[in-house]
Amino acid sequence: MATFSNSISPSSAQPKSFSNWWRRTSYTRAAYLYLIPAFIVMGLITFYPMGYQVWMSFTDYGIKNLKFDAAPPNNVGINNYLDILPDKITVGDNKIDIPGTGKLSAKIQNFNFARILGFNLIWTITNVPFHVVLGVLVAVLLNTKGMWFKRFYRAIYILPIVLPWLVVATVWKNMFDQNNGAINMALATLGGVVNIPAEVFRIRWFENIYPPVKWLLPGIPLPLSYYAMLLTNIWMGWPFMCIVATGALQSIPRDLYEAASIDGATPSQQFMAITVPLLKPAMIPAAMVGTIITFNLFSCIFFMSAGGPLRQTEILVTTAYDLVRAQRLYGMAAAFCVIIFFVLLTLTLITNRFTKATERYDA
Amino acid sequence: MPENIPSKAGTLRPSSGLIQKIIRRQSAEEAEEKKVSLSKQALYQLMALLVAFSVIFPILWVVSLALDPRDLSRPPDFRLIPPGASLDAFKRVLDKPTANPVTFTELAINQFKLAGSVALFSVLVGVLAAYSFSRFDFKGRKALMLSVVMVLMLPSIATIAPLYVLLNRINVNFGDFEFNLRNSIWGVAVAMSSGQLPFAIWNLKGYLDTIPRELEEAARIDGASPNQLFTKIILPLVTPALAVTAFLGFNAGWTEFALSWQFLTDPKDFTLAMSLWNMTGQFSGDTPWSAFAAMALMVAAPVAMVYLLLQKYIVSGLTIGSVK
Repeated sequence: MATFSNSISPSSAQPKSFSNWWRRTSYTRAAYLYLIPAFIVMGLITFYPMGYQVWMSFTDYGIKNLKFDAAPPNNVGINNYLDILPDKITVGDNKIDIPGTGKLSAKIQNFNFARILGFNLIWTITNVPFHVVLGVLVAVLLNTKGMWFKRFYRAIYILPIVLPWLVVATVWKNMFDQNNGAINMALATLGGVVNIPAEVFRIRWFENIYPPVKWLLPGIPLPLSYYAMLLTNIWMGWPFMCIVATGALQSIPRDLYEAASIDGATPSQQFMAITVPLLKPAMIPAAMVGTIITFNLFSCIFFMSAGGPLRQTEILVTTAYDLVRAQRLYGMAAAFCVIIFFVLLTLTLITNRFTKATERYDA
Repeated sequence: MPENIPSKAGTLRPSSGLIQKIIRRQSAEEAEEKKVSLSKQALYQLMALLVAFSVIFPILWVVSLALDPRDLSRPPDFRLIPPGASLDAFKRVLDKPTANPVTFTELAINQFKLAGSVALFSVLVGVLAAYSFSRFDFKGRKALMLSVVMVLMLPSIATIAPLYVLLNRINVNFGDFEFNLRNSIWGVAVAMSSGQLPFAIWNLKGYLDTIPRELEEAARIDGASPNQLFTKIILPLVTPALAVTAFLGFNAGWTEFALSWQFLTDPKDFTLAMSLWNMTGQFSGDTPWSAFAAMALMVAAPVAMVYLLLQKYIVSGLTIGSVK
């Protein structure tokens, strides 16, 4: 487009040049014309609902306002936000006062915004490293020269990626069943070899409220259902990272390793000094995408633990869904989603900074 | 750079010293391939098999449940290979998957309507916007693209409250005929498109950016209009990307759960995803697990097969987008 603006010198701008102008701007007009359908649609079904959501978040929108001829909801100011946020946050032994009132926790059993946010972050932080590390290790294994049946293994390892989350989560939930699930029965079979009675392995994965490792994060208890979902999400998450890592590994020149081995570097030294730094530019963006996906992983949490037991494994999106679906507090849910928006915005800005930092490293 | 000449050239002049060099190099490489000692090979195979088993384990379990001929409600013992095979569970699910009087086909048609309409609509509208974002420089381009990306960041559940409330308002009443957009599969499709359209724009723009501009520039010098550039050059080149993006939209629609579960109340409108959850959730006390397993396989199979076929394009497309 720069060429067009350069050609408009003051002398050539004559009144008769309307047709000129029309021709000159044809590309700009086309640009807007091609955008119009998408933005009309998005205006109606994306941006308008989002704006409406912000308005809703300042009202007490409920079932009584649902009918199309019902009275408009009452304006409640920022009360929804104050009710969601707790009045105090405990960090270690210190209690920090924050402007919230925490009234929603009185209305809904076991609702605690600080804990939900905390669990959501811990859930994300503990999941993604497993995906990346396992993905890279398996990719390195499959990249070993002279290994047999590589294609066979690659074909199998792709399977979790192609399966829909809905099916994976429901099947794993079934496998974690207390009496007839595959996990408990397999554990019992294995335990039978060393004479551990089968009753030991009647593990109640999703109902047990006591954290198995008590000293780990006492403020935010991690019940068994967290570990069950962690396992499921690792199963689901590492193959994608493995594919990304395989692509990056194959672009590392072999000469580097040859030179290093001539200089006497051991395989583990080569891994740390060549493989890891050269994988970083590919793995960090993938890990960032994985972070956002895991942070919002509705399907895994909802289908497996449904946030339970006692809302201990609830994340932000499942809570928002609960506010709409079970509690029917539409105004409150809107406020909650506005809060989610700002949390995600912060998270995205942080992850973008990471990604950009690696880009510069790469260049 | 004699080393870089492909070995094929050597077959024309077998006497040259270069060939021997190449042959020596190749045999050296082969030797290196074979250098992995048997004990190391065994270790690698063991590790790879362990990983493969962990991947296959849940799949074997669900296939075994679905094929088990013993007609059990719950498996009494741990088996990954069923004793014999029968398709009874599949037949039962095809006939009547849940307690509701709806067949599998009806559920699948509903799900297909949802997934198909969302995929088609988002790609048709999305490719126009993607073309504009990728090929033109105009005022407000950055701001508009940013608005699309901002929406992408939000999960679909984050706008469920206003969509539910607003779509519920759209009500048509003619005597006996009553239609509430919220309470229909089309309402769910509208709500889903709200998130799928920005995704389609972003994904297609990623593909379009990788297509070199030289072709268009040549055509532009020859006097082609933007419309001609789009229909004659861009569209034919971008067809695979359209197919992939449409499939990703279809895939999302095929397993869409949260919106339909909240919006739909009439069992006639229910979808496969909702029924699968009905067979596993808190209401499933009397659903035989073999039926659940058969249902899970039948829900997953169509999209998984297409995914496997398109896998190469999908993964490369998604990573292109993520790196940018």
